[in-house]
Amino acid sequence: MGIELIYQKWSGKINEVTIGSESKAVKIGGQNSLPFLFKEGGLPNRPRIAFEIWDVPPQDWPDELRRPYGGVLEDVIKWAERCQEEYKAEIICVRLLGAHPDLGNKPSAEEARLVELLLQKVAVPLIILGCGDDQKDNELMPVCCQAARGKRCLVGSAVQDNYRTLTAAVLADGHNIIAESPIDINIAKQLNILISDMGLAQDRIVINPTVGALGYGLEYAYSIMERARLAALSGDKMLAMPFICFVGQESWRAKEAKALETEFPQWGPQRERGIIWEAATAVAFLQSGADILVMRHPESVNCVRDYINVNYQDVDS
Amino acid sequence: MFIIGELINGMYREVAEAIKNKDKGVIQRIAKEQVEAGSEALDLNCGPASRDPVGDMVWLVQAVQEATDKILCLDSTKINVIEAGLKVVKNKAIINSTSADKDKLDIIIPLALKYNTGLIGLTLDKKGVPQDKERRLELAAAIVADCQEKGFPLENLYIDPVVLPVNVAQAQLEDTLKVLLEFKIISQPPPKTVMGLSNVSQGTKQRSMINSTFLVMAVAHGLDAAILDPLDKYLMDSLITAELILNKQIYCDSFLQAYRKR
Repeated sequence: MGIELIYQKWSGKINEVTIGSESKAVKIGGQNSLPFLFKEGGLPNRPRIAFEIWDVPPQDWPDELRRPYGGVLEDVIKWAERCQEEYKAEIICVRLLGAHPDLGNKPSAEEARLVELLLQKVAVPLIILGCGDDQKDNELMPVCCQAARGKRCLVGSAVQDNYRTLTAAVLADGHNIIAESPIDINIAKQLNILISDMGLAQDRIVINPTVGALGYGLEYAYSIMERARLAALSGDKMLAMPFICFVGQESWRAKEAKALETEFPQWGPQRERGIIWEAATAVAFLQSGADILVMRHPESVNCVRDYINVNYQDVDS
Repeated sequence: MFIIGELINGMYREVAEAIKNKDKGVIQRIAKEQVEAGSEALDLNCGPASRDPVGDMVWLVQAVQEATDKILCLDSTKINVIEAGLKVVKNKAIINSTSADKDKLDIIIPLALKYNTGLIGLTLDKKGVPQDKERRLELAAAIVADCQEKGFPLENLYIDPVVLPVNVAQAQLEDTLKVLLEFKIISQPPPKTVMGLSNVSQGTKQRSMINSTFLVMAVAHGLDAAILDPLDKYLMDSLITAELILNKQIYCDSFLQAYRKR
């Protein structure tokens, strides 16, 4: 007697969010099934990987992470072009760190010009992140949103204590928003309500649940995402948004990724460790429902891209 | 919780008059109000004063489905009234209700199968409403067994333990709650459970408080569906909070609003 598999059917569906404009637009979300369970429901859009770039040269990136970007870290446009042309980036995520009062305090207008230039040089959709200083971001992000008007970028990050200015800017200029909560499902849901109460459509919101790398709270973030996704698939519209996971940022902060070989010879070559750490973290979050992974090293990206392609090959054929 | 709005009932004067005068506007407004307040189904009852219950049921069904595509719960003890309504229902329907009497089950279950409807089974029979938990369970088991025999899917069956007013049969209410859990062990899959809630406060001076408290207690005993007044905000807030406490919704500061946004 054959074993009959029991398939779960869900009443809810994740919102489909479109990032970018015209022919290069990318759609994420739209599924009514848990990740990779193709027989349980529709998974119309595969998870996407965004390359993270900065407007200032990163000071604390390990050598291995700097290596693939040799010669372009000082020039964000060239950096973006390398991601797009050489590493086949599908989405580019620019972090405007240079605007931070402690990291150069670049004027907002200068950053807005940079956004404009990026949009001219880069064909793939853009994620635009502020510098992380609330006060500066509230001045910076509206002008950057305006500079990218109509390009339907994904802009971040709105947090529970500071979401109004960004939401208003995103609403005015036709973008999507990243709603960030500190590994807290209750705040994630509340923030989605607050943002949608301001009039932004629910299919313009992407949740950043905040994640931890392998060994640094991955399981906790994983279970929060899983719980939110199960609730969304069961009909909770205020959690039915796609997830964005900042995997690169977390993985390359891990001691296992950064520590020198001379310090821990038993851990093997540093060259491989960071890549493995980032890829392993990313693949775990694919399983908990990540729709966009923001990553850093092209080799980890390749590895994760292969993983996605292998899992989607039956869908492709 | 599957909410069946109870307000389209000829027992209410406004509804009775609208039925009499064939005033669709009134009925459609009440239908829409109940849907906006969270009803997934609407109970339709012509009321005791109707002189042409068959014609009135048909008219009610047609009027309401012009305003909403929610499930319609056709409420009558008369089989010909139910069938006349079913003939014109476009979407899904639930038959409200059958007793546990064999002769009635023999007619109603085939009708429910023919029109692919849900079915509410009351745990009462010709001898009346049971006085205790054991008899309610016995009657529920009889309905379940008959459904199984006739091939009616149990997930479409709602067993109603028959709620009596607190000022009439106070001693029975605890049993009425406890039996909800016992209905679940009659069969696999188990039947669903439903209550005609407002009856519990009939003739009392604190209707909303009694309805709300009883509903919260019933939810804690696993109640699946209720026929209630969805425009009673206190009642609905209590229900949403009870489901939150039972971990059926994810908490957020605006959980009442979040539930209503579903």
